[in-house]
Amino acid sequence: MIRPKQGRTALLFIAPSFIPLLMFFVIPMISAGVISFTEWDLLTPPRWVGLANFQELIHDQDFLLSLRNTLLFILGYLPLVLILGLSAALALDRKFRGSNALRAAYFLPVITSWVIVALLWKWILNPNGGLVNSLLAQIGIQGPGWWTSKSWSMASVIIPSAWKDMGYVMLLLLAGLQSIPPEYKEAAAIDGASKRQILLKITLPLLTPALFFVLVISLINNFQVFDQIWVMTQGGPEGSTSVVVQQIVKNSFDYGHMGYASAMSMVLFVIIMLITGIQLRLQKRWVNYE
Amino acid sequence: MKSSTRKIWAATVAGILVAGIGIASNPAVAAARKTTINFFTFTAVPDHMKDLQAMVAAFEKKNPTIHVNIQSASYAEYFTKLKTRVAGNQTPDTFELNYENFVTYASAGTLLNLNTASARDHSFKKTAYYGKAYDVFAQGGKQYGVPSSFSTVVLFYNKDLFKAAGVATPNSSWDWSDEAAAAAQLKAKLPEGTYADFQPTQFWEFYKVLGQAGGQFLSADKKSATFNKQPGINALNWLIGKTTAGYTPTKAQMGTLGDDAMFKAGKLAMYHSGIWLFDSFKAVPFGWDIAVEPGGVTPGNHFFANAVVASAKTKYPYAAWKWAQFMTSDPAAVKIRLAAAWEIPAVSDKKALSGYLSKTPPANRAAVFEALKNPIVPPVIRQQNEMQDSVNSWLEKALSGSVSVTEALNSAAKDVNAILAKE
Repeated sequence: MIRPKQGRTALLFIAPSFIPLLMFFVIPMISAGVISFTEWDLLTPPRWVGLANFQELIHDQDFLLSLRNTLLFILGYLPLVLILGLSAALALDRKFRGSNALRAAYFLPVITSWVIVALLWKWILNPNGGLVNSLLAQIGIQGPGWWTSKSWSMASVIIPSAWKDMGYVMLLLLAGLQSIPPEYKEAAAIDGASKRQILLKITLPLLTPALFFVLVISLINNFQVFDQIWVMTQGGPEGSTSVVVQQIVKNSFDYGHMGYASAMSMVLFVIIMLITGIQLRLQKRWVNYE
Repeated sequence: MKSSTRKIWAATVAGILVAGIGIASNPAVAAARKTTINFFTFTAVPDHMKDLQAMVAAFEKKNPTIHVNIQSASYAEYFTKLKTRVAGNQTPDTFELNYENFVTYASAGTLLNLNTASARDHSFKKTAYYGKAYDVFAQGGKQYGVPSSFSTVVLFYNKDLFKAAGVATPNSSWDWSDEAAAAAQLKAKLPEGTYADFQPTQFWEFYKVLGQAGGQFLSADKKSATFNKQPGINALNWLIGKTTAGYTPTKAQMGTLGDDAMFKAGKLAMYHSGIWLFDSFKAVPFGWDIAVEPGGVTPGNHFFANAVVASAKTKYPYAAWKWAQFMTSDPAAVKIRLAAAWEIPAVSDKKALSGYLSKTPPANRAAVFEALKNPIVPPVIRQQNEMQDSVNSWLEKALSGSVSVTEALNSAAKDVNAILAKE
């Protein structure tokens, strides 16, 4: 049992992390909830409008397009980053000369600023003389317009995003792989299981807790995708890469619709909550903790 | 009262007065009583912070009781910061606004009506300012800002490319047909990857070209969009035609190069852009000059202006006014601005501006003032950014061919009307 004095001491220890959490997360979140029921241009006092912002959202074509684009981004990004991250983790889950250097190299893009990564990938995917299109031209294929084309712009954002984040996924899965007791694999090998069978029947099932964690974190993060879009395409061409957070930023600061933007963020919050809730329920069906 | 008592009282009062004067004239006390006002700037960032400091030093010398505290942000973040400062009740005493944002702030009641302070100030003469620039910063008979600088867009041209192609260079008598004819001749002779004429299809070009085509963007009462009539169709066809004819490069053809970088690299023969680029083209390895932009059925040129405004909530309205007036029109400030090529001061004194004209390149700087004879002011409403984004999205669709020119203009007009209905 915690005595009152101990409780006060514990609170003192928690305070350094609790105060910023309160100031920068809890209070802004509650404020956004309240603001979403108002019309506020930041220059004049807010005006209570009830549910009007939410009613308008249902018919807002730009918002619906951004929601569709966000889902499209996740559908393209998630499998790609999981496959790349898992492959790298499996390849680097053993000691060999230079394995640490390789792990560091894969992790380097994670800590690199999006501005630098965007510059690099805009050059690689430059429709006019970029690396990829030049290589394609060598084999007689005319490359696409990448980030300048409505059909290819989303792919031009997904590929660099997966490239940048694969190191992070690799690191988490590598930790998961290394926590699998080697006895299981050894026993399976003695019983005559092939490498493929060990991977599919032993390694991957025991890696599911780590995979589940990566999936939840990636979904939460990528519903809030913004940086790469802002730096690479600004939502264009013709709105083909416009995403929800970009609409929130635009409406709040460019258009002065702070209430409307808050309503958007509330909707996004509910979507993320629902999807995370569904994932937590579904995990019982495929995640093996033992 | 006895005379001796009166003497004692008189001596005491005199003593207090002398001590009071002594304390007041003490420099330390005077400094403590100084009025401090904040000034928030974006035009000084990043190249002119030293020039602004020099202006402040000159101002403080002339007005020893006022101290100006400079605060700055780059253009990209300035308006976000300004809005959050207003929302947080931390509005700077004085700050800069461009004309495009002026209406939003003036309509919201955030700005100080400067008429009261200017009427009190006997040194103030309205005629010191370039009339058009002064007038645009008034609303409902109230002057909310004093213009600090203005600028325009001209036709830059690469003399070497024109010479190599054997095409006559642009001059002030050109109209759209002359420009199109020159672009066609240039295209036939320029190497691949070099383009005849750069003029993008976007809001900022569209409303000006619309003016050149004889149209109006909004109705006189600003209640409805009028750009989807015949002049608007002509204007948009003129802009899009440049890209479809291959005179202006597409985004894919430009790749990662910006338009100014293309001109610098000698890849553009003609280039419609702002006079703020003069300095950055100083060292290019080819000859270049400027001309007034060719008109359509009528001449017309951009008119961009910045102003210094004061917060309606400032505690020091007169000090704010004195600084705004000094920074925008005092001969000392004008001299600093011209010497630093920090845009053009919005003053009427032609003698003061002569230093600007004598600088080269470009040799034909007179074209800047020629352009300002037919100014086209941006269409400005309270929801400015929303209107711009909406128009831009339809222009982009028309350029890519997703929708026809008429459809794009009608849809954009419908969106703008919906925005105006909420104003």
